[in-house]
Amino acid sequence: MINRISAISFNTFREAVRDRVLYNLIFFALLLVAAALLFGQISIGIERIVLINLGLTAVSIFGIVIAIFIGIGLVSKEMDKRTLYTVLARPVRRWEFILGKFFGLVGTLVVNTIFMAIGFFAALLYLVHHFQRSDTYLLVAIYFIVLQFVIVTAVALLFSSFSSPLLSAVFAFALYIIGTFAEDLRAFAALAHGPAGWIPTAAAYLVPNFSALNVISSVAHGESVARTLIAYNTGYALLYAAAATSAAALIFEHRNLK
Amino acid sequence: MAAIETFALGKTYLAGFLRKRPKIALKPLTLTVPEGEVFGYLGPNGAGKTTTLKLLMGLVFPSGGSAKILGRDWRDPAVRVNIGFLPEQPYFYDYLTASELLDYYAQLSGLAASQRRRRIGEMLARVGLPEAGHTQLRKFSKGMLQRVGIAQAIIHDPKLIFLDEPMSGLDPIGRREVRDLIQSLKDEGKTVFFSTHILSDAEALCDRVAVLHKGELRGIGVVQDLLARFSGNVEIIWDGAAALPALQALGCECHPTGETIRAVLAQDQLDAAIDAIRRAHGRLMSITPVRASLEDYFLEKLNDTPVEVAR
Repeated sequence: MINRISAISFNTFREAVRDRVLYNLIFFALLLVAAALLFGQISIGIERIVLINLGLTAVSIFGIVIAIFIGIGLVSKEMDKRTLYTVLARPVRRWEFILGKFFGLVGTLVVNTIFMAIGFFAALLYLVHHFQRSDTYLLVAIYFIVLQFVIVTAVALLFSSFSSPLLSAVFAFALYIIGTFAEDLRAFAALAHGPAGWIPTAAAYLVPNFSALNVISSVAHGESVARTLIAYNTGYALLYAAAATSAAALIFEHRNLK
Repeated sequence: MAAIETFALGKTYLAGFLRKRPKIALKPLTLTVPEGEVFGYLGPNGAGKTTTLKLLMGLVFPSGGSAKILGRDWRDPAVRVNIGFLPEQPYFYDYLTASELLDYYAQLSGLAASQRRRRIGEMLARVGLPEAGHTQLRKFSKGMLQRVGIAQAIIHDPKLIFLDEPMSGLDPIGRREVRDLIQSLKDEGKTVFFSTHILSDAEALCDRVAVLHKGELRGIGVVQDLLARFSGNVEIIWDGAAALPALQALGCECHPTGETIRAVLAQDQLDAAIDAIRRAHGRLMSITPVRASLEDYFLEKLNDTPVEVAR
């Protein structure tokens, strides 16, 4: 089982790294980090804050774009091109295929993030010439960005298991945007009472809470990140991704491959 | 032990956007394929051949019935260790080289790394691509892809191989090579179930064939027996129209071209026909046994409606 899942993961990773689109996206992300450096230099006194905000946001946005655009095709592309037939004709269970795809894309995103983070820290070092103790929290912010990628990958995979790539992209982007305002949605739900409050409450807890996973602004100002938040966010992201991936596997388990 | 057994296996799709209507892709199919047999699954396009294969591979779920493959439930993933499958017009990961692709599939089939290395070289040589191992599949021709497709289907040395239209899109040389390959699999004692609408291939390779039309099994039988049923006729050609009425009186199907007449008649009418031609002073030119072909059986079954009992 592990061998089959790792074979599918590795193949997914290999497909992504051999795709030129991925390199274009990484290039643009690094370009944006470089632009952040430029913005920093013209922002007197707050160069470091501007660089961290823009740089990490670039890493986050481009990673999300990669996660969605590759994620939505993980299942549907294999179905359309019928490459899935020869895979599922082997002793591969459908949930193993879904899990392999998930880990493959997450692995790709982690490697991309490492490269983009290296570019970001190089830009930071160029600007401020030395690292501070509080810069370790930048690593936490990057870790939270990776957790966002894990959730987005699982969500894109879920949509990919039952809808077309275009609809999957729309759904995944919509969910990402709503998720970035999850805290506001929860605040709004708390204001509403009775049956009128049920829907916003349900929606607030159903959409992934990306706002809790975004600490870019606070770490840019040198604020620390509580260990409890790290533990909570890790648990939340893993559980949410597990639920979405399980739903994807469940749907895919019952699909006829035409 | 039977390699394949289906018990009223059927598939009905719901077609249409708002008002879904049932569309029968495969009527309840019951057939048995013993181990070691090359079984041809014949039918025109849209007959339900691919649907049957997809059902047996677990790619689509049946509306009814069940199946056993190598004595086990067909849905059991463990049974697929011993199955190879080549889909119709296969498409593979074109960013991979042929060796990488075979390694991937061998890994999914549970082969150890050392076995994989050995088998990849062997398989590429067997399908005539010994030099193409490090070439990306996007640079392959259709014929080369078909060969890689066959290599992936047998990389794990399965007992039972399903091939969906393995000769489609191949040039005559490619077809011949695939035919030789299927023959060699048969010689190794493998069971081969292949669908095709190229009847000469089925006739050359198969022990038994089944004819499917409009999702319905129209007939099944041993190729040699089927051919024997349709042989026994002779074609006779002679010069001299004077003999024509006598042969027509025998019930022969006559085709005159000027003074030359061609007739097809049963073997037991041959002596009477020759006598009639001699009496009319005709000049006998040739007598040729009519070779039966699977096409005759195929066409007969397409026009039939009743289903023959599966053997």
